[in-house]
Amino acid sequence: MSTHTESHSHGGPKIYTANLFALLFLTIITVAAASFNFGSANVVIALAIATVKATLVALFFMHLVWDKPVNSIIAIAGFLFLGIFLMFDFIDVTSRNNYLPRNMPNMENATPAPDSMNPLRTAPPRPLEPAPAVPAVKEEHK
Amino acid sequence: MSTSTTDVHAHGGHGEHGEHNPYHQHHFATMEQQFDTSKLGMWLFIVTEILLFGGLFVGFGLMQHRYPGEFIEAHEHLKQDVFGNAFPLYGAINTIVLLVSSWTMVMGVNAAQTSQQKKTVRYLVATILLACVFLAIKYVEYSHKFHDGLLPGIFYAHQSEDLIKGTHGYATFFAFYFMMTGLHGIHVLVGIGLLSWLVMRARRGDFNSQYYTPVDLVGLYWHVVDMIWIYLFPLYYLIS
Repeated sequence: MSTHTESHSHGGPKIYTANLFALLFLTIITVAAASFNFGSANVVIALAIATVKATLVALFFMHLVWDKPVNSIIAIAGFLFLGIFLMFDFIDVTSRNNYLPRNMPNMENATPAPDSMNPLRTAPPRPLEPAPAVPAVKEEHK
Repeated sequence: MSTSTTDVHAHGGHGEHGEHNPYHQHHFATMEQQFDTSKLGMWLFIVTEILLFGGLFVGFGLMQHRYPGEFIEAHEHLKQDVFGNAFPLYGAINTIVLLVSSWTMVMGVNAAQTSQQKKTVRYLVATILLACVFLAIKYVEYSHKFHDGLLPGIFYAHQSEDLIKGTHGYATFFAFYFMMTGLHGIHVLVGIGLLSWLVMRARRGDFNSQYYTPVDLVGLYWHVVDMIWIYLFPLYYLIS
């Protein structure tokens, strides 16, 4: 059986092992990078490294490099739609409070609406009360 | 794959595998076509998995935007290991365990492709063991969180500043944490089931260079589980 050496255009143990070490190396880098404070860039760095790792997994462990292109097209389409999802979400979140209607009257002297009516604000702190005590019901059928 | 039919003729003696493979279904012209069709279907399923977790990641991002302060505090809490150090020990070990299990999986696929039955079984069993290690670490981590009352939703009972302030950032963070890692954990469990089935079939000698579709497809599934963890790890354990 072992003489059945196929000249596959496939990877092979060497490439897989090299890929594993690359992934482990990137894991160390991502842990190390998180211990420095780059401000808001930390998220970007962590996600960029994660994306490199995911790409390595997809290309070599999932054989996309050697596969028929149709599988790569499907995979890329999946991530593309995920990207659209994330992008619109990002646009929404970052611009929620920036735009008000053009014909809005001057609100400077108006009484502000209570926060509870404003969906853009987080809900005001809800006091934590214990659940109302249930009045003891007389047991009559005894 | 692309060599499957030509290979058969090149090796003469193996001819009967190609022409009358017991796994060759009649509605496919060749074994190669059958394999490619299965793989295409698997990739479509993988896309649905990516979008399923994608929705959860978007939800997590939205809530992080809403409760930035509490989320950072909760990150710090999650990071703590058994010794109380601010190093994401559980998460880091689990990342390594899953990466190595991805490697054993791909080696198993490679062994199946080259008709090395014993090796296939060994690598698949190794993958199962690593998956069990992953879940064991997850169990330790979860019980630690359960003990602190950091349960999702209405079960949340952590006594902290957060509760006194009455905001929901902490609880929201841990709700997302349990839902996302929990869903991922369920995927690992399903993977263990699939791998056990593969071990059974591999021991029976079902797989060889002409037919290894199930090994390959479960391999793809397993790598997706790994890939999702690659994103979960920095988002939950590293960013602060």
